[in-house]
Amino acid sequence: MNESVPKPEVAAARGVKVAFGAVKALDGADLIIRQSECVGLVGHNGAGKSTIVNVINGGLSPHEGTISYGGVEAQGISTARAHGIRCVFQELSLCPNLTVAENARVMHSDLKGSGWRRRGLELVTQKLDDIFPGHAIDCESVVEDLSIAERQMVEIAISFAAVAEAPKLVILDEPTSSLDAGLAAQLMAYVRRFVGSGGSVLLISHILGEILSTSDRIVVMKDGKVVADRPASEFDTRRLVEAMGSVVRHQGWERAAKAHSGQPVLSVQLHPRSSHRLQAFGGEIVGLAGLGGHGQTEALLEIYLSANGNWWPTKEPKMAFVAGDRALNGAFPLWSILKNLSISSLKGLSKRKLIDPVREQEVSERWKKRIEIRTPDMHNPILSLSGGNQQKVLFARALATTSKIVLMDDPMRGVDIGTKQEVYEILRSEASAGRTFIWYSTEMDEIRLCDRVYVFRDGAIADELVGADITEANVLAASFAGGAAA
Amino acid sequence: MKLSSGAIRLVIPAVSLAVLLAAVFYMQPRAMSYTGLNLLFNLAVPIALATIAQMLIMSVNDLDLSMGTFVSFTACVTATFLQTSPAIGILILAGAIAAYAALGVIIHIRQLPSIVVTLGMSFVWGGLAVLLLPSPGGAAPGWVRWIMTAKPPVVPMAIVASVIIAAITHFLVMRSSLGVLIRGVGGNQRSVERAGWSVVGLRAAAYAMAGFFAVLAGIALVGLTTSADANIALRYTLLSIAGVILGGGEFVGGRVSPIGAVIGALTLTLAGSFLSFMRISPDWQIGAQGAILIVVLALRLFLNRLEKREKNP
Repeated sequence: MNESVPKPEVAAARGVKVAFGAVKALDGADLIIRQSECVGLVGHNGAGKSTIVNVINGGLSPHEGTISYGGVEAQGISTARAHGIRCVFQELSLCPNLTVAENARVMHSDLKGSGWRRRGLELVTQKLDDIFPGHAIDCESVVEDLSIAERQMVEIAISFAAVAEAPKLVILDEPTSSLDAGLAAQLMAYVRRFVGSGGSVLLISHILGEILSTSDRIVVMKDGKVVADRPASEFDTRRLVEAMGSVVRHQGWERAAKAHSGQPVLSVQLHPRSSHRLQAFGGEIVGLAGLGGHGQTEALLEIYLSANGNWWPTKEPKMAFVAGDRALNGAFPLWSILKNLSISSLKGLSKRKLIDPVREQEVSERWKKRIEIRTPDMHNPILSLSGGNQQKVLFARALATTSKIVLMDDPMRGVDIGTKQEVYEILRSEASAGRTFIWYSTEMDEIRLCDRVYVFRDGAIADELVGADITEANVLAASFAGGAAA
Repeated sequence: MKLSSGAIRLVIPAVSLAVLLAAVFYMQPRAMSYTGLNLLFNLAVPIALATIAQMLIMSVNDLDLSMGTFVSFTACVTATFLQTSPAIGILILAGAIAAYAALGVIIHIRQLPSIVVTLGMSFVWGGLAVLLLPSPGGAAPGWVRWIMTAKPPVVPMAIVASVIIAAITHFLVMRSSLGVLIRGVGGNQRSVERAGWSVVGLRAAAYAMAGFFAVLAGIALVGLTTSADANIALRYTLLSIAGVILGGGEFVGGRVSPIGAVIGALTLTLAGSFLSFMRISPDWQIGAQGAILIVVLALRLFLNRLEKREKNP
């Protein structure tokens, strides 16, 4: 790196602010990527990594701030692509029903004219040989016939391939998440070669070893802001984890160390690679932490199905579930608040298979008071409530059952802070009354409320933290693998 | 050699058609002739065209419930305007295709469920058809009649037409860039969008092409029946959906096969004749057709599961 003469910019986002409702995803972040450098981008959940990637690739227009490509201010997906910005997304984004060559056609609009099929095939095959020498991918097959790792390799190869114009900046969002260590090393070696030949790469990964060894410069994000932007040589694993953590130490709950007598109410071995069994004692709040999408939701579902079965409903459900995505699998949008609340406990509210409306009303009024659902009438449609109050109804639905264990799938996403505090209070009182909560949360503040925390990485439990060990630093250290992929 | 999932998808419709054909020949050996085959498959040509139209809609993850009334409407236009004043007739049919493209745009921009929009449109098309022909009548234009009753040497017209339809649509949907992009919308709309394509344009193109093939279905139908009626093709809605599914297509995911769809349409037509040969009363035929459909789909589900087990042992 030559500090005296800065290399020309490839893409730059300056002072970018993006808000989704009340949540500030980006709060004045700057990210500048120069020619022939590899920038590593790290941060915990909700730090704004994916949002800034979407801003740079043109998929999201910021509410404030400027985007420029090669020094020219511009916006939009097609403009970004015209400036040579390519993106490999974390979730696979090929069309599974098309062949490899056809996917190349979709990704590259300049691959046209007669014989594009043959040229596309050659292009991808060549790139694959270049990046992953010795691969055994049949490029004539349909993408859905390939394994997950092969799909990821194909997507990377298509993104790096040059049809009419070579890519200038390739954004790799967790590119090695489904590759094994050998393939990941091949990819990182290729990234270095690509950077050496004048290209730029923005690399996002939870494997800090990759970031440290491959990047020239590392940008650390937290709460929608860039908190550190320094050459990679000034970082090591410990310093990176420290930079991701918060500067101000929040005060956690006063936790009386509980002595556990007797058997845990729940004890499961989730993944063959997990280093710990997931255990929960009566009256505990157990947190599932780690980066989003590392197997926490799957773990909750596995626990739920192991207890309740998914074929016939059991008489006395042992567990209740609070869904995270209200719109997708939580609320019944056409029903009233009352019906949404009572659906899980209808058995207890019925006489001879008929619902007793008086008791249903009683229960709903009781919960309305208890968790303060802000509505004049519980018969109003659920969609008349604000997002936070809808989420409270879902909580009440789970708490109104007789279940001793409540599973929560990151239910507080996008809920305002006031409602959160109220729900935390209810959780605490319910827990002291003997209920057990298993709580997947992507927010560090919530994880600190738990009595016991399991940190997930790559689908398995990577670490167990109890009591005073539950600190941001410990959770971060366990969520990010230190060296190469395990 | 290992078969690709696309090839496996095509095997079942081909096998079921062959089995059904063998059964028909066994019961009625006289069907094994030029005239016999033509009679068996004559009515398959408009159904095949309607099935292709439905398949195009299904390739962008939508469903068209107005196919039957739309084909009836175009048949009525063919028997009236296209015969008396061709210029106006062509204009009306072009307008109908444009209306289909507009439907695609509306469905995409307003994020409406295609089922609801097309169900509503089915009443519009049905009403227009009744306005055109309140009672059965009209006449087929001479050239349409000539095409549909042509007698090419060796192979009957119905077979020739099916092969031509399959070949052209295979090229259009499976080989051309536009077809690839349309199927890409069905497979992963977001990635097509992220690559900088206009998804609304692609959906409009898919709907317009579907409208075009549905118009051809109406014309072909009138060529066979020589006159039209506002309710002439009501069965086509379900027949076309069943044809796509029978031919290896799926409701979502952009997994469609034009050759399969044509074979599916032939199979459905043949199933009707087969049941008549078995002397099953027409009252039971629809149920029996459904039973055939269920058997074929069960077979496919079974093969899919087998394939999956092979992949992850």
